[in-house]
Amino acid sequence: MLLENYVPALLFLCIATGIGLVLMSLGFMLGRGEKSDAKLSPYECGFDAFEDSRLKFDVRYYLVAILFIVFDLEIAFLFPWAVALDTIGLFGMVAMLIFLGVLVVGFIYEWKKGALEWD
Amino acid sequence: MANQLQQLLGQFLPEPFDWLVLTVLQIVALIICVILCVAYLTLAERKVIGYMQSRIGPNRVGPGGFLQPFADVIKLMLKEVIVPNRSNSFLFVVAPLLAIVPALATWAVIPLFPGFVIADINAGLLYVLALTSLGVYGILLAGWATNSKYALLGAMRSAAQIVAYEIAMGFALVGVLMASGSLNLGDIIEAQSGGVSNWFAIWLFPLFIVYFISGVAETNRAPFDVAEGESEIVAGFHVEYSGIAFAVFFLAEYANIILIAALTSVMFCGGWESPFAGWEFLQGTVFAVIANPSLAWFAVKIAFFLFCFLWFRATFPRYRYDQIMRLGWKIFIPVTIVWIVVECGMLLLKIGPWGTVL
Repeated sequence: MLLENYVPALLFLCIATGIGLVLMSLGFMLGRGEKSDAKLSPYECGFDAFEDSRLKFDVRYYLVAILFIVFDLEIAFLFPWAVALDTIGLFGMVAMLIFLGVLVVGFIYEWKKGALEWD
Repeated sequence: MANQLQQLLGQFLPEPFDWLVLTVLQIVALIICVILCVAYLTLAERKVIGYMQSRIGPNRVGPGGFLQPFADVIKLMLKEVIVPNRSNSFLFVVAPLLAIVPALATWAVIPLFPGFVIADINAGLLYVLALTSLGVYGILLAGWATNSKYALLGAMRSAAQIVAYEIAMGFALVGVLMASGSLNLGDIIEAQSGGVSNWFAIWLFPLFIVYFISGVAETNRAPFDVAEGESEIVAGFHVEYSGIAFAVFFLAEYANIILIAALTSVMFCGGWESPFAGWEFLQGTVFAVIANPSLAWFAVKIAFFLFCFLWFRATFPRYRYDQIMRLGWKIFIPVTIVWIVVECGMLLLKIGPWGTVL
């Protein structure tokens, strides 16, 4: 009963993938053109590319990703709590508010540390 | 109508296959509708922004430019697809697929009108979140696989921006879940039945605003379109994509926009519910029909939010990147956390239309 409901979602995924594949292969079949070195080189405003673009990038992107994982996990904890609020009652609500409080302390810490600055 | 079709199919096909064929037909019909909506959203965008800038917009192909999207698709279809020689060609070709599949497949759980949803699963919202999070892989992989600096910069900007706003979005949805008590999108709509005063957009107004603006940022739309930033990094992650590969990215972006509009109306504006539901004096008059829940109301709400997307693009200048990150981390996340605590208080004091939750 439960899993049966998911079959249409799976079918939907397969059909969406199929439509994407059909579109892409149609494009590759219909679109023809001459290939040349100049055309296939990476775009850099008319210059030859100076160096490979697999280069070092700013550590802040990494920091954002780490913070995202922390907060996203937090949300993953909040979801079942929010759905089950009518059965866990006041106790559950207070417990989660304490948990949220701990999170807010961490959030203030990272704010004060400057992890959210971007300049 | 679905039942009649299933009976008709049942005459030719054995037991489970009639259901299978019917579901496949429904899915294909829905996907075609979404793609047509995308086509006409692009035309609407050019027309609306044109009129906002005192221009006419496209008016050459067909009456009033009405066939313009088809001309665009045919043109893009016939163009050469260039795979740059330094790129990782497998990932380069797979990336558009990774963008389009989640953008389309999320529609499986969106309830279109009372009693119709393709996959009526009890974890609908989780499915939506899981698939919309996958969308970022298409952009990130496209930027990386291209092996061009502009593409890499665009992809990293876009990824950092999307993950920042996804947190605000997730918190906003926690607020919706607290009020509705269910992950099923149909139940969330039911929880808002009874007219405009029961919509979550009224009671969770800050979350509604945060959700919609985060949606604009998630889809990399103006004023948050630094990932494409024509004036800075040419076209961002899809700078080397041409022909149909570009068209597929385009399709995915606009399908995501329509999806965000649909989700906003489901979560906060009652989906298919009529804003006039519960107006007793309408009963027995010719206007009684506008108080009924229907697909038309859902479409009207989606159209309104889509218009907002275009309106924003015509109105606001582009945000600077540090401003975008500040808005996401330092304004939206605190606002949503505060409003979740306020909502706890509302639930305890039984303020609001959902008094049965606690």
